[in-house]
Amino acid sequence: MPGLNALHQRKGAQRLIGLLLGFAFGFLLHKGGVTRYDRLIGQLLLKDFTVVKVMLTAVIVGMVGVYLLRDAGLARLHPKSGSLGATAVGGLIFGVGFGLLGYCPGTLVGALGEGWLDALVGGAGILIGAGLFAARYPRLREGILKRGDFGALTLPEWLKVNAWVVIVPMALLLAALLYGLERAGL
Amino acid sequence: MANWWSQPEWSPYWAGAGIGVLSWLAFLFSDKALGCSTPFARGSGLVERLFRGRAVLDKPYYQAHPPALTWDTMLIIGVLLGAFASAWLSGAFELRWVPEVWRGAAGSSPWVRAIAALAGGIAMGFGARWADGCTSGHGISGTLQLAVSGWLAVVCFFVGGIATAMVIFHVLLPVAR
Repeated sequence: MPGLNALHQRKGAQRLIGLLLGFAFGFLLHKGGVTRYDRLIGQLLLKDFTVVKVMLTAVIVGMVGVYLLRDAGLARLHPKSGSLGATAVGGLIFGVGFGLLGYCPGTLVGALGEGWLDALVGGAGILIGAGLFAARYPRLREGILKRGDFGALTLPEWLKVNAWVVIVPMALLLAALLYGLERAGL
Repeated sequence: MANWWSQPEWSPYWAGAGIGVLSWLAFLFSDKALGCSTPFARGSGLVERLFRGRAVLDKPYYQAHPPALTWDTMLIIGVLLGAFASAWLSGAFELRWVPEVWRGAAGSSPWVRAIAALAGGIAMGFGARWADGCTSGHGISGTLQLAVSGWLAVVCFFVGGIATAMVIFHVLLPVAR
């Protein structure tokens, strides 16, 4: 789509779109209840499943819509490349931070918008952590981050099937999981 | 309608579906996926530059993620404003330090909460850059694209997070009190 491609190149318009999408994202995170520490830590303690409900619904709706847009030629996918050394090890370090802080980077900013000052301190911590990583990056890049590299692979590519062969069962599975949570009274 | 905007919370399913729709719009209008942790790396470059000058920008990581007012940075500014607007409309905006569940287990000291938040933030900032994404970029945007990296990351986020939270709330804090 030439019109859309032109829009993607316009920096000023993109900044405005980013701001508007972010505004809606922050509004929905707050209305979904997931900018609150009590709900996030409740999820990690397996007592409150609001976070999983918000995330899985977003994934189901997002997945079907984004793949439809792609099939219509209106969008390109941008799966991130990864490796066991980067994605799994980094993910576990992130998880330890998640358990201690009780916010993630997006919900932390939302919590700040609601007036939580512990989120402000946590945000300073994230800046420090990101800075420490930037200092280590040149050495990590040549070492552990490359271990078990699988590239920018998607599940349908990995399984060598049409995307919808994965999307439809995945959407049904996630919906069944949500239904199960409700049935269990969680 | 007014009542709707001022409700303290919506059903998590409506909020989640709305976030799914936002991901369509991000791909359609910006050719991008929603994510929240890269702006922190840009921000840390900006802070470091204040103390150590322009040479900071020569670091390979900041070459790849220059500190600038990009789409992702505008997105995170929007998140702050949007959450504030929602909180303000529902009368929930209030400056405070110690969440209820934390207070119940660790007491009402803002210092103890702040130290835990700072330590957690450092691990999270380090881990988010190590894994190249967070609960938004991997956990929602990666998984909805069916990216292998997204699904692996989100499993590791929650395995690490659940283990840490369980140890803190069921072992460390009960022993400490």
